[in-house]
Amino acid sequence: MNDNDKEAFRQQVREWLEANCPPSLRTPTPEDEMVWGGSRVEFKTEDQRLWFERMRDRGWFCPDWPLEYGGGGLSSDETTILEGELRRLGCRPAQINLGIWMLGPVLLEFGSEEQKRRLLPPMARGEIRWCQGFSEPGAGSDLANIGTTARDAGDHFVVDGTKIWTSYGDKSDWMYALVRTDREASKHRGISLVVLDMHAPGVSVAPIDLISGKSSFCQVFFDGVEVPKENLIGPLNGGWALAKALLQHERSAMSKFGEFSLPTHFDLMPLIRDYLPEAQTPAEVALEARANACAMEEAAYGLTVQRMTDEARAEQDVTGLAAIMKLVHTEQERVKFEVLLDAMGYRALGWAGAPFTDREQAITKAWLNSFTQTIAGGSSEVQLNVIAKRVLGLPDAGKGASS
Amino acid sequence: MSLVYSEEQRLLADTARDFLAEQSPVSAQRALRDRGDALGFSPELWASMVELGWSAIPFSEAYGGLEFGVTGLGAVCEALGHHLSPSPMVSSVALAGAVLEQAGSADQRNDWLPLLIQGEARLALAVDEGARHDPRRLALSARRDGDGYRLTGEKVMVLDGHGADGWIVAARTSGEPGEAAGVSLFLVPADTPGVTLTRLSLIDARNAVNLRLDDVTLEAGCRLGEEGEGLAPLEAALDRGRVCLAAEMLGACDALFAMTLEYLRTRVQFDVPIGSFQALQHRAAWLHVELALARSTLMAALDALDRDAHDAPALVSLAKWKVGTMADRVGNEAVQLHGGIGVTDELDVGLYLKRLRVAQASLGDADYHARRYAELARS
Repeated sequence: MNDNDKEAFRQQVREWLEANCPPSLRTPTPEDEMVWGGSRVEFKTEDQRLWFERMRDRGWFCPDWPLEYGGGGLSSDETTILEGELRRLGCRPAQINLGIWMLGPVLLEFGSEEQKRRLLPPMARGEIRWCQGFSEPGAGSDLANIGTTARDAGDHFVVDGTKIWTSYGDKSDWMYALVRTDREASKHRGISLVVLDMHAPGVSVAPIDLISGKSSFCQVFFDGVEVPKENLIGPLNGGWALAKALLQHERSAMSKFGEFSLPTHFDLMPLIRDYLPEAQTPAEVALEARANACAMEEAAYGLTVQRMTDEARAEQDVTGLAAIMKLVHTEQERVKFEVLLDAMGYRALGWAGAPFTDREQAITKAWLNSFTQTIAGGSSEVQLNVIAKRVLGLPDAGKGASS
Repeated sequence: MSLVYSEEQRLLADTARDFLAEQSPVSAQRALRDRGDALGFSPELWASMVELGWSAIPFSEAYGGLEFGVTGLGAVCEALGHHLSPSPMVSSVALAGAVLEQAGSADQRNDWLPLLIQGEARLALAVDEGARHDPRRLALSARRDGDGYRLTGEKVMVLDGHGADGWIVAARTSGEPGEAAGVSLFLVPADTPGVTLTRLSLIDARNAVNLRLDDVTLEAGCRLGEEGEGLAPLEAALDRGRVCLAAEMLGACDALFAMTLEYLRTRVQFDVPIGSFQALQHRAAWLHVELALARSTLMAALDALDRDAHDAPALVSLAKWKVGTMADRVGNEAVQLHGGIGVTDELDVGLYLKRLRVAQASLGDADYHARRYAELARS
């Protein structure tokens, strides 16, 4: 695509967005106003419906998918331009859909032609809400230890077991799940990826309350759930490679998610000032110093995000930097909220209602929530293992002596 | 704004590193120490650095400089740190050069900058008086005396002060210690009567002196910049020196971390490389994290100084703080992870540890810069 073509396309996209994205949706999205695609899609305003339908009809929920699967058929250059223009205009996402972000790319790469034609178009129209069935009570950091089984019963599998930490499991239509299809094989070799209907008999869902209160997490139970064999994605017992590919997409999906949502970011130093205008006692001076160090660490992290972008643009290898991002950010957040709570004192102890302000309660909940961040999506300890082995090249335990 | 070295800056850094690997490996620094070298660096090596153009990097072409920016200076200082190569780059080029640039009159700049750039003269900056860096609290007195001044007082930790052709002395012409106004800068030529030098013997075996001025008489022409308004140009020069020290520390820590990783991979205990133990892997992984964060702050500070950005002083303090705390951690862990051999003089680890400690404490340690950052952020 030459520069003239790009500019022409940009102009075209810009005009269409100006004409079609309702002005009321050109603002950050509050959490309770996100539109989740699926069979039970809900719109709070008529504008939300219009924006959803217009984007859907252009195939722009998944602009870079081929037209025959319901995508927009755009090239990667065109997709970049579209995303840039959406950002420029501050358009809210017309819908949030984990299927499109995570399962879709894996289906495109590994699915059969029949599966692509059957599963992708409804996904691309935002008709199905998807959830992810990976973690289990006995398979957290050690994901390959899953125990949910899919027994061969001729033309279908029979699935028994349970999945945990399933976001919005209670609201989803379909799940993509890792199941054990060979109990004799080694841990990683007996796993398959299947998709299953959450409305099928034998599926039940229970929400999970967290230390921070209500959450979107659920536990899902399977009791003799029949899954047709055509819902096996990729080769039988070949699910582990697909799971790894999916987790790659999870990371970029999470960053997209973060980009859309309203900032829940709390700017530390101004908040500290509210509760500690002038440090006087030695304890207050020490607290202020801790807060300042926290703000400085946060600045160093922000510069590192920027440096990674600059290095990627200069075509340098950024794997060593990418590997630290999740670890640093989540660990910093936890420390930051501890400092903030210390400064707030009793004001940080409210669970609900007066005299605690909404902001105070939000900070307290965010502190409790910060604990989930250093665990979910690869705990800090797993991140450190990855850095030690893949970035620093330190030897594996037990294998070092023989290698 | 860019947080990566440009193609040319990268080339300079690589060339500097290769040159120093050849001409000034750590063993050269060890030899200087062992023979108690008073200068603390090799004049021949310094002449080669000058020939390579390093002393010309930050200066305007009008004086024979290369206009290659503070970032260029940082690239070279990283290489110097990597090999623990001693040189007057920080003292004379970064610090004294910047004072002349910032505060010197046209005549003073014309007299001195070409000499500094060509390596024909070397100046050292005398700021600190107490045990800890704090330019605002300086008290050395400079009293008006006819057309000139009389200076009396003491300076400590003057980097590369021994053998210098002159010292730039920050003195108080008015006001009380702690006040910003009243600081004036003077160029004191080496042959000025009344100056007494005490050569310090430091853990890193480099060149530093304490300076005593007894009723030293100077002509008004020795004053750099306006009377009483020296703190601003002094701080600007110090920032250039601070960021160069941070670059040096980062280069040293890169090398030290690489040595430590190599040891973890090869040292066998309990029949396996000790690097296979998770307790040690996680400690090493954290060092990688700290190095990465520290580098980002350094690149931002270099870039901000070159852009003359309004937040450059805050970013310099952020870098000196972050690189300094990182350097403490990398130094400490390098010794501990090496175990018994880590505390022997035979290993280079100790030489790195000692140099890092001096660089950390010089021109403001981590605590100083955390405080300065907080003040700058608040104002």
